[in-house]
Order: sequence, then C-alpha cells, then structure tokens
Amino acid sequence: MQYFVQQLINGLTLGSIYGLIAIGYTMVYGIIGMINFAHGDIFMVGAFTALIVFLILGALFYSVPVVVALLIMMIVGMLLTSLYNWTIEKVAYRPLRGSFRLAPLITAIGMSIALSNFVQVTQGPRNKPIPPLVSQVYTIDGISVSLKQIIIVLVTAVLLAIFWYLVNRTALGRAQRACEQDRKMAALLGVDVDRTISITFIMGAALAAVAGTLFLMYYGVVVFSDGFVPGVKAFTAAVLGGIGSLPGAVLGGLLIGFIESMWSAYFSIDYKDVAAFSILAIVLIFLPSGILGRPEVEKV
Amino acid sequence: MAVTVSPERDVVATPVQRAFREALYAGAIALGLFVLFIGLRTDQNISNELILVRRWGLLALVVVLTAVGRFLYVAYAQPFAASLKVADVATGLLPESMATRFFRLPYFIAAIVIAFALLVLAGSLDGLLGPDLAGYARFLRALAIIYAVASVMFYFRSFIHAHFSALGVSALALYPVIVVLTLALYTGSVAGGFQGSLKWVDNFGIQILIYVMLAWGLNIVIGLAGLLDLGYVAFYAVGAYAYALLGTHFGLSFWILLPAAGCMAAFWGVMLGFPVLRLRGDYLAIVTLAFGEIIRLVLINWREVTNGSARISGIPKVSFFGLMSFNVSDPNYIAKVLNIATSSAYYKIFLYYLILGLCLLTAFVTIRLRRLPVGRAWEALREDEIACRSLGINTTTTKLTAFATGAMFGGFAGSFFAARQGFVSPESFVFLESAIVLAIVVLGGMGSLAGIAVAALVMIGGTEALRELDFLKRVFGPDFTPELYRMLLFGMAMVIVMLWKPRGFVGSREPTAFLKERKTVSGSFTKEGHG
Amino acid sequence: MNAQASADDLILQVEHLSMKFGGLVAIGDLSFQARRGEITALIGPNGAGKTTVFNCITGFYKPTEGMITLNKRDGSTYLLERLPNHEIPARANVARTFQNIRLFSGMTLLENLLVAQHNKLMKASGYTFLGLFGFPSYRQASAESIDLARHWLEKADLVDRADDPAGDLPYGAQRRLEIARAMCTGPELLCLDEPAAGLNPRESAALNELLMDIKNSTSILLIEHDMSVVMQISDHVVVLEYGRKISDGNPQSVRTDPRVIAAYLGVDDEEVETVLTEVGDEDVIEQLDTGPDAAHGPGNSASMMAGPVSDTVEHADEGERVTVSKGASKAAQVDARSASVAGKPAPVAKKAAKVSTAKAAPKKTAAKAAAAKADSASKGKQAAAKPAAGKRGGRK
Repeated sequence: MQYFVQQLINGLTLGSIYGLIAIGYTMVYGIIGMINFAHGDIFMVGAFTALIVFLILGALFYSVPVVVALLIMMIVGMLLTSLYNWTIEKVAYRPLRGSFRLAPLITAIGMSIALSNFVQVTQGPRNKPIPPLVSQVYTIDGISVSLKQIIIVLVTAVLLAIFWYLVNRTALGRAQRACEQDRKMAALLGVDVDRTISITFIMGAALAAVAGTLFLMYYGVVVFSDGFVPGVKAFTAAVLGGIGSLPGAVLGGLLIGFIESMWSAYFSIDYKDVAAFSILAIVLIFLPSGILGRPEVEKV
Repeated sequence: MAVTVSPERDVVATPVQRAFREALYAGAIALGLFVLFIGLRTDQNISNELILVRRWGLLALVVVLTAVGRFLYVAYAQPFAASLKVADVATGLLPESMATRFFRLPYFIAAIVIAFALLVLAGSLDGLLGPDLAGYARFLRALAIIYAVASVMFYFRSFIHAHFSALGVSALALYPVIVVLTLALYTGSVAGGFQGSLKWVDNFGIQILIYVMLAWGLNIVIGLAGLLDLGYVAFYAVGAYAYALLGTHFGLSFWILLPAAGCMAAFWGVMLGFPVLRLRGDYLAIVTLAFGEIIRLVLINWREVTNGSARISGIPKVSFFGLMSFNVSDPNYIAKVLNIATSSAYYKIFLYYLILGLCLLTAFVTIRLRRLPVGRAWEALREDEIACRSLGINTTTTKLTAFATGAMFGGFAGSFFAARQGFVSPESFVFLESAIVLAIVVLGGMGSLAGIAVAALVMIGGTEALRELDFLKRVFGPDFTPELYRMLLFGMAMVIVMLWKPRGFVGSREPTAFLKERKTVSGSFTKEGHG
Repeated sequence: MNAQASADDLILQVEHLSMKFGGLVAIGDLSFQARRGEITALIGPNGAGKTTVFNCITGFYKPTEGMITLNKRDGSTYLLERLPNHEIPARANVARTFQNIRLFSGMTLLENLLVAQHNKLMKASGYTFLGLFGFPSYRQASAESIDLARHWLEKADLVDRADDPAGDLPYGAQRRLEIARAMCTGPELLCLDEPAAGLNPRESAALNELLMDIKNSTSILLIEHDMSVVMQISDHVVVLEYGRKISDGNPQSVRTDPRVIAAYLGVDDEEVETVLTEVGDEDVIEQLDTGPDAAHGPGNSASMMAGPVSDTVEHADEGERVTVSKGASKAAQVDARSASVAGKPAPVAKKAAKVSTAKAAPKKTAAKAAAAKADSASKGKQAAAKPAAGKRGGRK
C-alpha cells in the first residue's frame, strides 16, 4: 500500500509536467486545428532558458534564495519561450493558415527539427547537469515526498487555476472560445483573430516554460533532445484526454504519469512508454475522441 | 528569422521607411530570441561544473544580420518580387522572368570555363593557391558545375518537362556509369574510377533512392488514400529486422527474404490498420506515431531477440541472384568470376541498381494500381469517404489495402537497408525518419511520383552535400562541423519550401482515365483526406 | 389510400421505422411503401426527418426500430437495416445522392463514374492481381465501364466535360453528375436527396427529364422541396412531419389533404406576422421572433473551451434537432380543430387558420385573435389553401 501511494505521488508529479505541456498542444489544436509539433521543443527551450538563467544567477550573486531563483527562472523562461512560440507562429504557421492541412504540420515538424538542432548547435550536444536546487525529503508513514514534488504539484495547481480563470472568465478567454467555434464569424463580430491566436500560442508556451523549469528542477539535467519524448507523451496525453479539451489535457497528463510510474514500479521500467502508448491505442479504439473529447458526428 | 508584420497598416510609409521599421522589429525580436542561446553558451569546466561562456560579438553579428536581412527583404526583395508578378513555373525553381535573367549564355560559358580550368588544375590547386584558397576553389568549381547543369536544364526545360520520366529513369540508370567514367578519366585509372565512385554511388545515389522508395511507399498511404501515417518508419524497421534476424539465424538469401520481409511488413500494416480504422485525422496520426515508437522501444528492449541497442551485425551481403557473390573470400566472388580487379565498389554499384530496381517496381505498381479500381477507390476515399460508402465501396478493406501496400514497400526498403548497412540498430528507426519521409511526400506534392523524387533529391541530396563543405572549417576554425548544421538547415528548408509551395513541387494530379484528352487536375480541387 | 399492391410490385417497404438520437425522436413509427417503376416523393417541412429516413434506408444510420425490406427484380429480398453500410449499394442495389453534394472533386467526371463501378471492376480485375498484370479480361471490363460512364455522361449532358475535375463544374451540373454517378452503380432503387435544390428553372426542367428517363429502368425515391418537381414527376407522395407520416397518396390527393396543407405548404413568416399585426397580437410576434435554441447553443459543453472542435461536429442531420413538443405539429392541430369544429358549420377563415396554426406554443391570445378573425371570414375549409407554417415556430 505504501509502495502504491508512493508510486501515486510519483505519477502525480510526472503527470503534472505532462499536463502543463499537453495544455499547449490542446489549446493550439482547439483554436487552429493543427498539431503544433514544435511544442515539445518549446518545452525544451523553456528548460534551457531556465538553466541559463540559473547559471547567470549563480554567476552574478553569491547566493539567491531558492524560491526567488525558481521564480526568476520561471518568469524569464515564460517570457523568452513565449517569444519563441510567438515568432514560430508568425513565421511558420500564419502564412499557411487556411491552406492545405498538411502544410502547417510539415512546417511544425520542420520547426521542431530546427529548434532542437539550433539548441544543439548553440549550446552543445552534451547533457547539462545542475546541482540540486531543492533536496528536502519528508517521510510520512514510510512514504517519502520530496519538496520538489510538492513544488511541482502546487505550481501546477496554481497555474491551472489562473489559467482556468483566464479562459472562462475573461474577455480574452471568450475570444478564444469564439475563435475555436468559428473563426470567420468571430472575425466578423470584431474579435481580432490573429491576436487571439498569437495569445494562445503565448499561453501555451508560458505553461511549457514552467513545465520546463520544473523538469529541470526535478531531474537536474537537460539536453537538446529532451523536447521529443516529453513532447510526444504530452501530445499522447492531450489526445488521450480528448484533444481540444483543457480538462482532458490535464486528465490525460495525469493518466500518462500514473501509467508510467505504476508500470515501472510493478512491471518493467523498460516498457513503461510502450505501456503508455498501448493504452492510448486501446482507449482510442473504444473512445475514438479520447476521454473528454466530443464525439465526432459524421455528417451525411 | 524573418518576421511578417502586416503590411496594410503602412500604406503611407515608403518601402524604405517601412523596411527600416521592420528591420528594427526584427532585430529586437532576434535579440530577444538569441540573447541567451547565442549570447551565452553553457560549457563544462575541468571540474565538470557548468559555466557560461560569453559570445556577445556573435550575438551582435546575428542580430545585425537579421535586421539587415529583413531590411533588404522588405525594401528590395518584396517590391521586386511583386513587380515581377512571381508566378510559379512547373519546371524550374525560379520564376520564368527571373530565371531568364539568371541563366544567360555568357554566364554559362564562364561557368564552363571556370569548371574546366579548375578541373584541369585540380591536382596542383593546393600547390598553387595554398590549402585555404584551394578549398574555396573547389567550392567554386562545384558551384560552376551546378550552374552549368542547371543552365542546360533550363534551356531544355520544355523537353525535360515533356519527357520527365524517361529522362529521369535513364539518368538514374546511367548515373553510376557516368560517375565511374568521369572519375576514371579524372584519376587516369579504372581502379581509381571505381574507388572514387564509392562516395557518389553510396552516400548520394543509394541514400537518396532509399528515401525515394520510402516516400513512394508512404505516398500510397498519404498521397493516394489520404491517411496520415506518422509511424511509417515502423514498417521500415520490420523489414530491416526481418531480414537481419532471418538472414543471420537461418542464413536465408536476400532474394527469399525480400518478399518475406515485404509480406511481414504488410501484415504489420494490417495489424496496425485494423484497430485504428475508425480513427480520423489527428487521432490516426498520434496512434501511428505511437505504433512507430512502440516498435522502436520493443526493438531496444527485447534484447534476447533484437540484441537491443547493441545492434545486429554480420548481416549477409546480397548475392548476384546466387550466381556471383560480393564476399572476397567466396569462390564465386565477382572479381574472380569476371576476372577483374578486386574492389568494394562493385557491391555498392550492384546495390545501387538493386534499389533503383526496387524503386522502379514501386513506381510501376503505384502507377498500375492507380488505374485499377483499388487505386481509384483510394483516391476516392481521400476525396470523400461517405460518398465512397454510398457507392458500395468497402472502406475498411480499402484502407487496409492502402496500409498494407504502403507497408510492404516500406518493408522492401527496410530489408534493402539492412543488406546495405550490414547491421541494424534501433537508432535507425526513430521518429525523425518518419518525419523526413513524410516531409518528402508533402514537399514533393502528394500523389506525384516525379515531385516526390525531386523532393527527395533536393532534401536528402542537399543535406548530404553539406557534409562536403569541409573548407568551411578553414573559415570558422577547426571546431566547426558543417554536419552539425545539417539537420538545422534541413528543418529550416522544410519550413521555407512549405511556405513557398504549400502544395508541394507538383500540386496537380494526373487523371487515371480519360475520354477525349488527358488534362491535369489543378491541386486546388484535390482534397487531402481526413483519415 | 392506395390499392393494395402485390409484393412483386413493391420495391421498398418501410415498416414501423423509428430513429432516436438520445432522447430525440427523429422518426417515429413510420411505414410506407415504394412501388417499382414509380417515383415516390418524400416531402415534409424542414426538420421532418426526411434525410434521416434516407440515411436509414441507405445504411448510414442504424434505425432504432423497424424493418426496411427491399425486393429486387430477381425476387431476392434484403433487410436493409441489417446490411452493413457499403453492402446496401453493392448487394441490394440501392444508390443515393446527398443533400450537400458529395463528389470526388479532385477527380475527373469520368473517374467519378468509374469509381462508382468499383465492385464490378474489382471482380473483373481479379481483386487487383489480374489487373496488375494487365490481363485482357480486365481490359475488356475496363473498356465496358468507360462505355457505361459515357452513356450516363451523355444522359446527364456532361460528356463534353468528361475530362474536367468534378469540382470545376457549376452547381447544377454537379447535381446531375451525382445522379449519373449513382446510376453507374446499376441501382434498382435510386434515392435522391433534394436533387432540385439550388437549380434554376431550366436546370430543374432538365433534371425532370433526366429523372423521367431514369424511371424507365429504375425506381426512384425522392426528397424534394420544390413542389413543381414533386407534383410534375412523382407518382406517389409520402408526407412527413416531425418524423411521422401525415399523408400518403398520389400527388392530387396529397395536395388537397388539409393536414398536409397545414403542415407543409406554408406561407412565409412575414405573412404570418402581417396577419398577427393586423389582429394586433404583439405577444405572439415576439414569441415567434425570440427564443434561441437553448439546447444547442454554446455553454453546455464538457470542455472549458466550449464548442465544437471542427465543423464535423455540427448537427448531424436536420432530423436530429427535432423535438416533438405538444402542440408543435400543425397537422395535429388541424386534426384537433377539425374534430372540434365538426359539429358547427362555422367556416374557418383563411387568415384565422394561418394564425392559429402558425403558433408553436398554444397561447390564449392567439386563439382569441383567430376567433375574432373567424367571424369576418366567409370561406370554407377548402379555401384555407395557404395556412401558415411558421418555420421559426416549428423549430422550437
């Protein structure tokens, strides 16, 4: 039982990070109906930005309180990563909006390749380890919970709350929902569609940057190719939850996190990703639109 | 990085003013993007701690270059392109009006002269110019040759356009011969010709043709049936491992295993296709991607069978239909049978013709299938699945045959790949490969065999050519490895080509039957499928 | 209404067909028959469930209840509700067209017609294998299929454009091509979903001619809004309202059926409003004008970013939206009223009928207005040729 709860906590931590990334996929998909393949690499850029900011802080100041350091890493990460995503949208996706469906998919894959190789070229191909930022571990009843995990879950919860408010209670969120339903009509009613889409990309990138910072804090290492695997997992999470649905993305993220930690705990760590992907396939066979996704009605 | 700022708001400003402003924006954005990534570099010091290395000079250079580039683009390139009314031409990469300015007889003659002079002087270049300049001279020579070839192609463009397939196939068939002859003349010996041809035949010829074959196989699934498959590399892997395992354990010949590998891949295609048939669009995409990853992860982790990341090596070479072998130790080694000098080039040339044959088989089958009811049903499925069902077409089997046929060609390519490499390892079957093949299909123009072949030539040949730019080491210092930039440039090229031609090089579609005359169908009518 | 037809004569029998979408009853207990060699028209106001009936017959929907029997000329019988979707055209030889035209727009006209002959050609090509090696039997079949395609292109007057992409055709020609394509499957029953929609009078006349020609070899089931087409060419008319059959018979008898008149042959909303304004009933006008569809608006979605992800998540079919609320059916109102006025000789006035039937939700004011107007009118029930069927009212 203790072991199980322990795995549950690990899964929750992992799932939070996946959930944060998955939101970026699902939002972009919801609003312009494309898979932003570069989103995983945006996450990686976020982690790298956090790393560099951490090193800058270390170089400039003798010691910075961990909370402040984390906060600065997150904020700078959010700003710069948003700038990346914003630029990518403007350069690679906007000109293709409304054309051939596969064209933006290809530019997205191209951007993903370009981004990870850009980081490889500029920052070098090796692993970048940092000393542990937070190392406290609390043990209750034989279950150990590290402060890192608590921070991750807390930050995720707070961000999701803010995010939920933004989408559901503000004019911006309304504009986003309008664009999602019918972009042409929203434009006719005075919604600035381009701006709304840009903001969606910025929001997705900001969440991915936070996820990147948390990832760096949790694992203490980052490498240029780190965008792919978490990216694919998060995308899997978004689809599992029902792409286009925000609670679905979070739910999917948590599910993938749980599956992974449980599978590695009880079966085989080698096949944890195989398990996650197989469960995706199985779920989609029975629920072709994911768990919370709207079933697609075939219009005859 | 160019950034588009909507031009409507600048009706009053002159292009130069506007360009100036946009250049400032672009510079500012570039500064923001690159300040941490180019301005600083994380490096490890002796005690293995990360430290930051400052590169402000490089950052300034990149930012200024971005701003200047944007300025030139907005101030000159945009108005110029607008004044030319840049219209796409089917044959060339440049618009006709621009191309006639670019390809002129005097330039052509100059290029020929330069190329010829530098070819003659090749041996003594190092002595004449020193190693630095010699590198540039070789680069210039390559450019001159490319320019000359491009000019010839431009002058004969209508002829080339009319006889594209025949010319393409004969060029491919003659390619190794031409390479060997040229190099033999160049080095002055037949053996030298064979030896020098290795790189050209293997790295360029075989490499590109493998991608052509993969892309043509995937074209059946995506281009014809409109099913978005992001895990195509899985079938490639199945084919490769089928040959590797059966070949090493049972010693079966390539010629038996080739169809076996194809069948196995087709079987896996059906296995994948069956559960995901109900899925549409992006759901299909993610499940196929997941399938590709599952196969790769199983290959890595099922160590007892696949040897994991340690790879399976010692895969037998392909024999010349059992008549001649390419192993030096065998009694029927080709050089012994034909009484010629020993060279490893024979095997490569043989492999080249083998993959060319496989490609042609793929093309032949694709062309035939398109004219058969099953091929028409694929295309109809891409256009409108519901209408297909209303006409009595069993969409399930139609989709499965598309998956299976595409997978089969992937399996063929895979077993060829294993034979060529001599080893297989899971690293060869990462998602990136699927992405590259998909990109080639879309960049070439979905459904168009010729367009796809051109796209493979441009994208794979182009990135392979980057390996040749060794002289850049002299410019940027010995640490500079152009290969590192290969995938960066590949990714950017994907974006640029797609922005420039969203429907790919060949956006139109050839009808499969006609009553009176064959008219190409414009790409604006064809659909891309939802599956 | 019709004389009992023998089983050989009937090509299609629909018995007790019901189709429910969740709680919505799109079709309720519908039975009708279509005879061989005739054109049977299925008419009814928007949302009556006509297309849903089509989708059940052609297998796109599995009906909740009921039986759909198809009798082929060779005596074989198929229960369509049990056949998989694609086998209905393939085995039972029922072809259809779509309300929103579904052509293979990137393929040429000829290719469209060749795709329609898929199953025949598939057999001829030895399920691809013989065809791949160019066997002569396939070549023969291929040539024959082109001849058949040419035949139908000529009939549809499209032979000049055979090698153009279907997406390039004007609207009317696309409609004809869709019919030609359906005919290339060699159907015994052809189901046409609003073939005359959006056609100009000349195209409409050409269509009538084409349909009369097809009728010689193939029975037709037709959904149509254009009454001139229905009355001119159909032999038999079935009228639906809210998923229920309200009338059935030859065009003349249907045309004069008061229930049909009330339900279907409506006047414009403006006319209703004029009447209502005349009688001074502002309440009713307001009621007609307001009232968005609460069940289908945004806001009841599971997602935080509510709303459909793609255009496929639209209303699956017009029938799906229908909720049969009490008093919504105009035909039922006519029945009720004729029962209530049966004793009295007092004639129902033309305008009064309009007003009372236009109302979706029964309201006293309207009834009052109707009564007030009724006094001043003098014509009999027969004269109520154009009672109102307020579309907006009906949608509630």
